[in-house]
Amino acid sequence: MTNKLMAATFGVALAASATGALAGTLDDVKAKGFLQCGVNTGLAGFSISDSKGEWKGLDSDFCRAVAAAIFGDPSKVKYTPLSAKERFTALQSGEIDLLSRNTTWTMSRDTKMGKFAGVMYYDGQGFMVRKSLGITSAKQLNGATVCTQTGTTTELNLADWFRANKLEYKLVSFEKDVEVVKTYDTGGCDVLTTDASGLYAERLKLVNPDEHMVLPEVISKEPLGPMVRSGDDAWFNVVKWTYFALVQAEELGVDSKNVDEMLAKSDNPEVKRLLGKDGSFGADIGLTNAWAFNIVKAVGNYGEVFERNVGVNTPLKISRGLNALWTKGGLQYAPPIR
Amino acid sequence: MAVGDEKRVGHLADSPPGVVWYNDPKWRSLIFQALTLLAVVALAWSVVHNTAVNLERRHIAQGFDFLSTTAGFDINQTPIAYPKDASYGRAILVGVVNTVIVAVLGVIVATILGFLIGIGRLSHNAVVSAISTAYVETLRNIPVLLQIFFWYFAVLGLAPHPRNSMQPIPGWVFVNNRGIYLPEFRFGGHSGLGLLVGLIVALVAIWLIDRWARRRQRETGLQFPLGRTALGLIVALPFLGFALGGFDLTLIPAKKSTFNLTGGIELIPSLIALTLALSTYTASFIAEVVRAGILAVAHGQTEAARSLGLTNGQTLRLVVVPQAMRVIVPPLTNQYLNLTKNSSLAVAIGYPDLVSTGGIVLNQSGQAIEVIAIWMAIYLGTSVLTSLVMNAYNRRMAIVER
Repeated sequence: MTNKLMAATFGVALAASATGALAGTLDDVKAKGFLQCGVNTGLAGFSISDSKGEWKGLDSDFCRAVAAAIFGDPSKVKYTPLSAKERFTALQSGEIDLLSRNTTWTMSRDTKMGKFAGVMYYDGQGFMVRKSLGITSAKQLNGATVCTQTGTTTELNLADWFRANKLEYKLVSFEKDVEVVKTYDTGGCDVLTTDASGLYAERLKLVNPDEHMVLPEVISKEPLGPMVRSGDDAWFNVVKWTYFALVQAEELGVDSKNVDEMLAKSDNPEVKRLLGKDGSFGADIGLTNAWAFNIVKAVGNYGEVFERNVGVNTPLKISRGLNALWTKGGLQYAPPIR
Repeated sequence: MAVGDEKRVGHLADSPPGVVWYNDPKWRSLIFQALTLLAVVALAWSVVHNTAVNLERRHIAQGFDFLSTTAGFDINQTPIAYPKDASYGRAILVGVVNTVIVAVLGVIVATILGFLIGIGRLSHNAVVSAISTAYVETLRNIPVLLQIFFWYFAVLGLAPHPRNSMQPIPGWVFVNNRGIYLPEFRFGGHSGLGLLVGLIVALVAIWLIDRWARRRQRETGLQFPLGRTALGLIVALPFLGFALGGFDLTLIPAKKSTFNLTGGIELIPSLIALTLALSTYTASFIAEVVRAGILAVAHGQTEAARSLGLTNGQTLRLVVVPQAMRVIVPPLTNQYLNLTKNSSLAVAIGYPDLVSTGGIVLNQSGQAIEVIAIWMAIYLGTSVLTSLVMNAYNRRMAIVER
């Protein structure tokens, strides 16, 4: 009797310590057969579920790219919609394997909360106002009521910017994006502020999108990128090089339509290394050599992902700008695969 | 080992003879209690240890040092000073004060409303009783979060834009979708001080008169009209102080600026919505508590009071209510605690309460476990404090009854 009780006691204690031990995330993901990816609860162009319940957007496409690299199948992703506030805890606790949720790369986040694997989208914070206010510059916003989402870099930039420009403002902040937009739309605040890409996405949700305009000022640098837990280099490599493969493929002119042909015919050594005909770059990071081929085949290269989700032919109508390749005056750049 | 055990068993005077020590109920219970304690301690230790090890492994900083780091975000209701370079700790403190504000306002309104409705349900007037019943059945059966959204979006959200504010008192009070703006009271000279001194003198005088009147009633049976006297004193003395201090009061209403109204006393919509929702919701429960308390007083008590010649009012005030309070106070405490805890739903409409500001701190600093520990400690602390106060009050009521 007593022995049983003792055994149970130690059993509980052991079980508790066992759950604490972590295998590598890559092994875990392979073992369970899918990638658990944290995304935005609903931001057009970045991650939003459509009428069929499928996630669409730049961030969710990145999840699919990682799944394609690991499994050769982009559908092996389970999504966890997260608010800005929940996201880091979800990543740290192991609830998700990868956070791909328009998250700004900052020093404190990169050193204390996880690791950023790259910049999927170079953004900056902007302001949206009603056209009827007759305002042309953010400098005229003295005394305005500003709506924003809590748990973001946005609220910090906002405080900094108004302080630096010696302007007053009143803050209205919510945890959920839905309430932010609703309050702005019903006139509960004069200004809506978030990343510029987000403003274009939110504008589509307003009752009369044409009555609103985005002010020219961009008040911050917001490099948005995927994030993993720190201390797991193997997994960090997989995510980081998935992003680089997307960029590299665009640079080499490999896209989802011509990738089969490129694999069969291309003599370009760079293409051969990317697509796994030469070297063992995929195997070296714990994947197959067809990892990059699978990524491009499944979601396309970086340019295709961009144009499909947020580009000029989408409702968001965002041009490449800073997100063009370095060869075309932008910042998207990938180290060579060799 | 066995010898030692037999020796010790020998000391237990009432252990029956011929029973092996491990079959002795006394020893058994001791052993099992010790094992249970060991299990609990082991579990607690393993949880704490695991957390620490895993945080270490994931390179997450631990400890409460982050509280002194500069917060860098703004808060839209700061009852205590919150300078631009305030720390995370200060931000959480602002949240605590905001929680206390909404809890105190909510408790006051809910108590008054709850008592009125509870008594209303027992009224012989069919209309009053029906309205009270409808109120209770509607409000307590709708989740409080929905009620908060209702007040925030459906009621206050429909108020006009600041440029065409409603003006219940034209030029002085403004209502719009950014809040309610009352004029600021600014006392000149010594008139503010005079008002305060008058108020304190009045309160002390009332307390003294009350003691004197009770003693006189015990000794001579003569009654003293305390209520009317108290009311008179509490109006007259502060006014006198105010007049002596210079009779100087300026009301400064809010003024229109480019976007909003500025100046005056501003009540933000989330505070109004939260107070209304929490107090009307909790009032429906308090009404039932009050009704139960009054019904718990035997009808014979009322009849006895009548036969002594007490009036309706005296019966209620001197006989029924003191006995009912004994039944009412413990569940009333629960309702106060519920209201305080429900105030954490503030985060849904952006009222900067403890959970809301703490959540921002959690997110910006990444110290999840520490912030959650702070939340739990503060809610536990306020709840225990409320319980202590209410229990003390309850003891007093119980003694008065006997």
